[in-house]
Amino acid sequence: MTGGEADLITRVSDDLPALQIAVPLLSAAICLLVRRARAAWAVAMVVAWGSFASACVLLSRVLQSGTISYAEGGWRPPWGIELRIDLLNALVLLVVTGICAIVLTASPRSLDQEVWREHHHKFYALYLLCMTGLAGMTITGDAFNIFVFLEISSLSSYALIAQGTTRRALTSSLQYLVMGTIGGTFLLLGIGMIYMVTGTLNIADMAVQLAAVGPNRTVLVALACIGIGTGIKLAVFPLHIWLPNAYTYAPAIVTAFLAATATKVAYYVLVRFVFSVFGAPLAFGELRLDAVLMPLAIAAMFAGSFVAIFQDDIKRMLAYSSVAQIGYMVLGLSLASVSGLTGGLVHLFNHAIMKSGLFLVMAAVVLRMGSTRLDAFAGLGRRMPFTMAAFVVAGLSLIGVPLTVGFVSKWYLVVGAIEGGLWPVAVLILLSSLLALIYIWRVVEVAYFRQPPEDAPEVSEAPASLLVPIWVLAGATVFFGVFTSLSVGLASAAARMLFGVEL
Amino acid sequence: MFEGGLYPYWIVIFLMMTGLYVVISRDNLVKKVIGLNIFQVSVIMFYVAMGKVRGGTAPIEAEGFTIYSNPLPHVLMLTAIVVGVATTALALSLVVRINEAYATIEEDEIRELEREEEA
Amino acid sequence: MIRHVILRALSKLLIPLIMLFALYVQFHGDYGPGGGFQAGVIFGAAIILYALMFGLEAAKRVFPPRVLEFFVAFGLLLYGGVGIEAILLGGNFLDYGHLAHEPVHGQHLGILLVELGVGITVAAVMASIFFLFAGRGRSDV
Repeated sequence: MTGGEADLITRVSDDLPALQIAVPLLSAAICLLVRRARAAWAVAMVVAWGSFASACVLLSRVLQSGTISYAEGGWRPPWGIELRIDLLNALVLLVVTGICAIVLTASPRSLDQEVWREHHHKFYALYLLCMTGLAGMTITGDAFNIFVFLEISSLSSYALIAQGTTRRALTSSLQYLVMGTIGGTFLLLGIGMIYMVTGTLNIADMAVQLAAVGPNRTVLVALACIGIGTGIKLAVFPLHIWLPNAYTYAPAIVTAFLAATATKVAYYVLVRFVFSVFGAPLAFGELRLDAVLMPLAIAAMFAGSFVAIFQDDIKRMLAYSSVAQIGYMVLGLSLASVSGLTGGLVHLFNHAIMKSGLFLVMAAVVLRMGSTRLDAFAGLGRRMPFTMAAFVVAGLSLIGVPLTVGFVSKWYLVVGAIEGGLWPVAVLILLSSLLALIYIWRVVEVAYFRQPPEDAPEVSEAPASLLVPIWVLAGATVFFGVFTSLSVGLASAAARMLFGVEL
Repeated sequence: MFEGGLYPYWIVIFLMMTGLYVVISRDNLVKKVIGLNIFQVSVIMFYVAMGKVRGGTAPIEAEGFTIYSNPLPHVLMLTAIVVGVATTALALSLVVRINEAYATIEEDEIRELEREEEA
Repeated sequence: MIRHVILRALSKLLIPLIMLFALYVQFHGDYGPGGGFQAGVIFGAAIILYALMFGLEAAKRVFPPRVLEFFVAFGLLLYGGVGIEAILLGGNFLDYGHLAHEPVHGQHLGILLVELGVGITVAAVMASIFFLFAGRGRSDV
């Protein structure tokens, strides 16, 4: 390697934050041009795994030398658009790109069944656009930029959901579009109000200016607007009605992707605005955000799990379970303490892994059985042993059994509740876990203890292209349940940073 | 020029509530999309009103003018308009597909059909 | 399509002017009001007017959907390509100053190319949207 080349590589590697967004965006255009299903998939694979590698590099750099700030176009912040990567969004970026790459690896077989082959290259273009939007929302340091990337990811996710096989995918997508657009517009309104008060769009600068202004009515309304806007995208309890339909009728791959990324990034945006812009004293002390969010989070934990128990379609059951799990994340935020927020952020990481794993199992079941209704699972424990074993592992994690990731996040949430003197909340967390036990057990019972009907067609195990990603995720639920230093270490460091506690 | 001072914001709120009401109350999907559009436009107006400086001209350098409107919110709204166009196009294309699949764009009729499907 | 003689004659006259105006808005954008978005929409409007007056088929012969799809992607690639080129030449993403020997030259070149990319994509997207909606549910698609 010559000196010039090495120089170029170090220089380009300094530009990783920008490339993290620009490369998927441009590759989406390339996918549109190549027009061949497998070629487009290959392009998307290279880009997705490249993004994941780049996210790993960025994370290690943040750990080594602190926050990375990148000025787009050479315009210095706060005037230009800044990409700003700290512990919090480096973690979220890692989750988003990682899940994106793993789900994409599993996609070809499932897509062959569910989406017309002539549309595959467009599907991958949309997938990459969605990833662009999510990565952009995560690493940008500019409030208006968050809105732009939110809309990029939302618009492409509406289109992805509409690719579902039944006509109900269309109505679900439109329902999500209407609600999502209202959410995005509320976010825009909230950002506008902060801009009116502070005269800046840079998140770090906003915090400085807002602290000088102090709470007034505009700031209060801005927080409410941003809360509603992100709340819709995040599917906080009463605003979740788009989620079950969208997740049920979207292609299985899309569900696995969106369930693990879209709501997580919305959660990140909420955390970012609450802590980095408004600041914990303002948001929780003056504006009492915790008093609003905590009842909603607890209601979500119970309502989501309770409704999940009565679903006959397992994909829909998992969608309702997502509503409940989002409740845990929001609960972590509303505890307004370092350990509570740690629990919320760890759960972001853990839930992404287990839910994408579970929805990939659904993709495998759809591929072999053509349906995810409970009857289709009869005897699957013997007929698709590896797939169902992965379902059991990820399901145990959903319940929160020790040695799985679900236990880790619930542990921190319970600790956070007890530290805050909220014993009843800690009890409620444990009680709601029992509901998860019921709905997972229903599936396990049918899969392992009920005989398949006599005339059932022969089914074979899921193909390796699906099985390997499923087991990578199922393995990760156990691995990160035992070795918690990465997830918990990062999440607690990020939580302490957000509360301004010394590391 | 703007004597009342805050009246643009009243228009914004009126448009916003109109849009939301149309989205919630209408069953016709095209009307819903129009309501969504009105809702988005109200926020665009909010930003444009925010950037206007009384007595200021367009922010282009020329002799004899010293007061300019704030161009930043106006530029931001260029992007928001594009987002609005994209949303509308996508929503309408979904409505077209729904019309092909259900032979209706009335939400109550669609819900009826879906209920029959499930039964 | 013998009817609407006046409309068709007028639009024949107007379409070149509209396209010319689009180009003016496009390339005057770095000195005065204008730019890629506006120019793209105006150019797209010319294509749509042509389709309205002379039929979808005729318009699709002039602007085949495959070509439009190519331009959608091409404009985006041009935009991003300028950004990446700036990185390769030692600046930040979209830092036009590094595109030429002199920063001011580079900035002119950069904004021109970026706006051109935006304009191409917007015009192609506008025309594609119209074609897709207008062609839906007809036998001659």
